[in-house]
Amino acid sequence: MSASHDYQRVYVWEQPVRWFHWINALAITVLGVTGYLIAHPPAFMISREASFSYWFGTVRFVHFTTAYVLMVNFVVRLYWSFAGNKYANWRSFFPLTRAQLRQIWDVLKVDILQFSNKPVETLGHNSMAYFTYTATGLLTIFQIVTGFALYAPTSAAWFPHLFTWVVPLFGSEYTLRIFHYAAMWLFALFTIIHVYLVFYHDYVEGHGVISSMVGGWKFLEKDQIEAEQATGMSPLPSRKPDPKPAAKLKPSG
Amino acid sequence: MNSLMKINETAPTIYEQMVSRGVDRRDFLKFCAWMGAYLGLESSAAAQIAKAIETKRRIPVVWMHFQECTCCSESFLRSSHPIVADILLDKISLDYTETLQAASGFQAEEILHDTITKYKGEYLLLVEGSVPLGADGAYCVVAGKSALDSLHEVAAGAKAIIAWGNCASSGCVQAANPNPTQAMPVSAIIKDKPVINVQGCPPIAEVMAGVLVHLLAFDRIPQLDALGRPKAFYSRRVHDTCARRANYDAGLFVESFDDENARKGFCLYKVGCRGPSTYNSCATIKWNNGTSYPIQSGHGCIGCSEAKFWDNGPFYQRLTNFPGFGIESTADKIGLTVGGVVAAAVLSHAVLTNVRKGEEIGEGPGEKSDSGKPAGQP
Repeated sequence: MSASHDYQRVYVWEQPVRWFHWINALAITVLGVTGYLIAHPPAFMISREASFSYWFGTVRFVHFTTAYVLMVNFVVRLYWSFAGNKYANWRSFFPLTRAQLRQIWDVLKVDILQFSNKPVETLGHNSMAYFTYTATGLLTIFQIVTGFALYAPTSAAWFPHLFTWVVPLFGSEYTLRIFHYAAMWLFALFTIIHVYLVFYHDYVEGHGVISSMVGGWKFLEKDQIEAEQATGMSPLPSRKPDPKPAAKLKPSG
Repeated sequence: MNSLMKINETAPTIYEQMVSRGVDRRDFLKFCAWMGAYLGLESSAAAQIAKAIETKRRIPVVWMHFQECTCCSESFLRSSHPIVADILLDKISLDYTETLQAASGFQAEEILHDTITKYKGEYLLLVEGSVPLGADGAYCVVAGKSALDSLHEVAAGAKAIIAWGNCASSGCVQAANPNPTQAMPVSAIIKDKPVINVQGCPPIAEVMAGVLVHLLAFDRIPQLDALGRPKAFYSRRVHDTCARRANYDAGLFVESFDDENARKGFCLYKVGCRGPSTYNSCATIKWNNGTSYPIQSGHGCIGCSEAKFWDNGPFYQRLTNFPGFGIESTADKIGLTVGGVVAAAVLSHAVLTNVRKGEEIGEGPGEKSDSGKPAGQP
């Protein structure tokens, strides 16, 4: 085994990406919880006069305010996909090249179905993950558009009224509301899988995926980095022939 | 306006007819002010309305009935203000309406034919009911003509088209899933002229009158929202004008119709009230001479002025069945089920990972050989 346990630190996630990630995570959590409360307000049978209480109004206020945070944050991230480094670039999010598609297949084989143990080494996300984030981004856009369309009638601001055209597409606000609510569940499902997979990759590969979203650094074996830089296709896979697949994968111990 | 003036120059004006029926000047002006207020106009508009009614002559009106239950007509006839029914039924003059006209058979059809040829481009077309397209329109045939053919024929020369109620505006119960007759609203069929959707099942009588008065007084179509409804009556949510709204903001909800909260008049949101997504004037104009409206009487709004409200059932649930997943499948049930499956998949994947990748975990390449264990090969 030529590769000693020799790691190199690589700066992958720049500040704006990390800020985006955590603000987005927080906003989605807040929106999910308040959205659920709006759909299913808990029963308070102990009642005061309505004039002394405004908790449901506050929940809605938090939901609407957080929606603005989510949206602005998302727009900044869109900008950064043009201005940021290659790991944040918009191109990575669309699996259009043969190499990206091949990597998606590799990820399915190695990480999801586990037919193969040969790890897929990438510095950014792998192509499969990037594609998942594209889907999540589309979901976010759907929630922004439908959410502001639903919010428009209660707002005097100009911005939500840009989305009033959405209601006729769904026929009525009631139908729109059901779709907006159902999409929340997709975020919940995404979160389960996302958090699990981050733990999985950190656990299995030991490249510091979890901490990378805090400090921005990832750790990769030196030979892997060299291979990747040689291809010039980062964050695409290094498809160089593995010098010692047997040694790496099947210690016959 | 000129086109209206051409009609029957010698006939008495609407106002003259009203006076001859014993309406005094004071009542007439009160009516004008009242209509102006309903339309959300400034106070000076009352004079404009009065002037229009004083000077204008009868507008010919054709009121077509297709697949409907006549609840729109019933609502209109029970309009609380006598002048409304008078002015609109007697004075604007209904030239043709299946349910109210004295004539029948060939005579009735002749009147219709005369009206649409003689007053081409001048008459108002009011449509009640949806138009079936299934079975070549055989589901609704009047005088040997399908509803579709009649509508095309009458709409061609109409000055303006009003779709009364949910049937004509969005199909109502006939268009509910699976829509066996392929019932369509007027706006889906008549594409070349604007259709005023006066929504509701039925619409409020005063709203119907208000829309007609607007057409009469200003000779143009009122401002419409994105779904073709007059903004004067459909721009506000029932929720935002609701008497129980304070309870909503305070989070005080009726949990079931017989609980203490129901007696206290709390918000009906959790027992399925559609007020938050329904646009209508129920909470302001109310029904039956301003007596009450469903929410005031303790029953949630069913959203009858919105498209597809029959399909968004059950009426007594806040979140209803998610489309495409069959009966009793709310978004929550689907979400929880899929969430459970995902959680199970994640757990088994974690177990699988430890089994399949146990050798790899915690070690970098070469680590095994470094540690001197009997690692594979050189």
